[in-house]
Amino acid sequence: MIHTLAFYLFATLVIASGTFTILSRNPVHSVLWLIMAFFNAAGLMVLLGAEFIAMLLVIVYVGAVAVLFLFVVMMLDIDFAELRAGFIKNFPLGMLLAVVLLVELVVGVGVYRAGALQLGVADGAAASPMGLSNTEAIGALLYSRYLFLFEAAGIILLVAMIGAIVLTHRTRKDVRGQNISHQNQRRPEEATRNVKPEVGKGVQL
Amino acid sequence: MTAFFQTLGMSYEWAWAIATISGILLIALPLMLGVAMIIYADRKIWAAMALRRGPNVVGPWGLLQSFADGLKVFLQETIIPSAANKGLFLIAPILTFTVALLAWAVIPFNSGAMLADINVGLLYVLAISSLGVYGVVIAGWASNSKYPFFSAMRAAAQMISYEVSIGFILICVVLWADSFNLKAIVEAQKSHVWLINGFVANPLLFPLWVMFLISSLAETARAPFDLTEAESELVAGYQTEYSSMSFALYWLGEYANVLLMCALNATLFWGGYLPPLDIPVLYLIPGWIWLLGKILFFFFIFSWVKATVPRYRYDQLMRLGWKVFLPMSLLFVVLVSGYLMLTRYGA
Repeated sequence: MIHTLAFYLFATLVIASGTFTILSRNPVHSVLWLIMAFFNAAGLMVLLGAEFIAMLLVIVYVGAVAVLFLFVVMMLDIDFAELRAGFIKNFPLGMLLAVVLLVELVVGVGVYRAGALQLGVADGAAASPMGLSNTEAIGALLYSRYLFLFEAAGIILLVAMIGAIVLTHRTRKDVRGQNISHQNQRRPEEATRNVKPEVGKGVQL
Repeated sequence: MTAFFQTLGMSYEWAWAIATISGILLIALPLMLGVAMIIYADRKIWAAMALRRGPNVVGPWGLLQSFADGLKVFLQETIIPSAANKGLFLIAPILTFTVALLAWAVIPFNSGAMLADINVGLLYVLAISSLGVYGVVIAGWASNSKYPFFSAMRAAAQMISYEVSIGFILICVVLWADSFNLKAIVEAQKSHVWLINGFVANPLLFPLWVMFLISSLAETARAPFDLTEAESELVAGYQTEYSSMSFALYWLGEYANVLLMCALNATLFWGGYLPPLDIPVLYLIPGWIWLLGKILFFFFIFSWVKATVPRYRYDQLMRLGWKVFLPMSLLFVVLVSGYLMLTRYGA
């Protein structure tokens, strides 16, 4: 009973916040609705018994990715008139995308109805083994059967990260940088001088 | 507690619901009282270190100062700037306050006394603490004012930077304790080195505790990392436009967060509700008193640092996070897992 209630609560909120993500005029509001959607999706994961995935969803998407989204979007100078002009300009492209997605949806449902594909048949293969917690089950699978794929994903991410840094990093000659070890090595004796000038004489530095 | 309510003749569902609600109240109400007293303690410690008297007028020794402040703030008018984004402006402090209370659900106060005994407890704490930044960022943006906005930018960058190294530090603790559950982590610390209860006695984990303590200062934006509300540069940071209860909610949330970080320090490295030494006599004192003692000890360290250490420059803060703590904690993940691989899991 409480499961069903919770499912409909989370599911409704996911769909509603997804809709508001698209409909909001203000990009910052869109990002906040998106965060709400992530959060409720995590709730759905908890209902499925996948608490590890749920927590990762919150940590990675809500805690890191969405903060960066918000960071960028907040700094935008939003001009609503320009946004609306963009809407009319992009309308044909948007319609094209919408038609493509609709056709895909119809074809997908049609194929499913025709019975050619066995979609969504619950055979229990996805359930985690008895007596193992979620984290252990995922770890045992990830580091044995899918070890190569897992490591490959790690290497791809590493390459992407280094690539992003190499592409965007530029050393500027005209900026005065700081040498931290040099700063830390400075001692009061060499940086300051105690002088006791006579009255009215002033100091030569 | 569910079993107790069931003995009163309730069905399981009702007993569970009432047990959960009373558990929440049992944690939240003492926590609020604790926050009020800890604000007083903070001001007293700060004053003592500056050779001042601190609050000493309201009540005996000024003990009721926080309540007087609370009443004053409660009676003030809530001012909403005309250019502010009204809804978000009001939601932000509520969000901060709620998030500060949420993470307490998984902190074990005694061997059986925790609200939610979930097996991803530590991940839950990480997830909730990563939400803390939104209250600040939304406040800074919704205020529609320069200084709060700068503060929000700083807060976002700062909290993300230090969360990364905190994550790696926690990974080491989890590896050693072999569990994400906070109770299991505490139990794993029992007579860890000789008689001492706590990972902190382990030479491989002690540097991690030092890093965690400093990172928790940065994560809660306490001095010396309080750049988000650096009064000499940003007026009062993201709180500049806030008044009355919405301001008080920030205050309460901030101190609840500080207490949470103290509790995490105690739970993850100093044996949580276990006594410091594994001697039977010490177990006569209930666990929550040990935990409370440890929390207060860490809070004293937080206040001490606030009173003595000058504020960091922003680039120094970023350098410490990314160039010192991140490589160090990564190195320790390798060291700790390598050591465990050699000793615990065989060659």
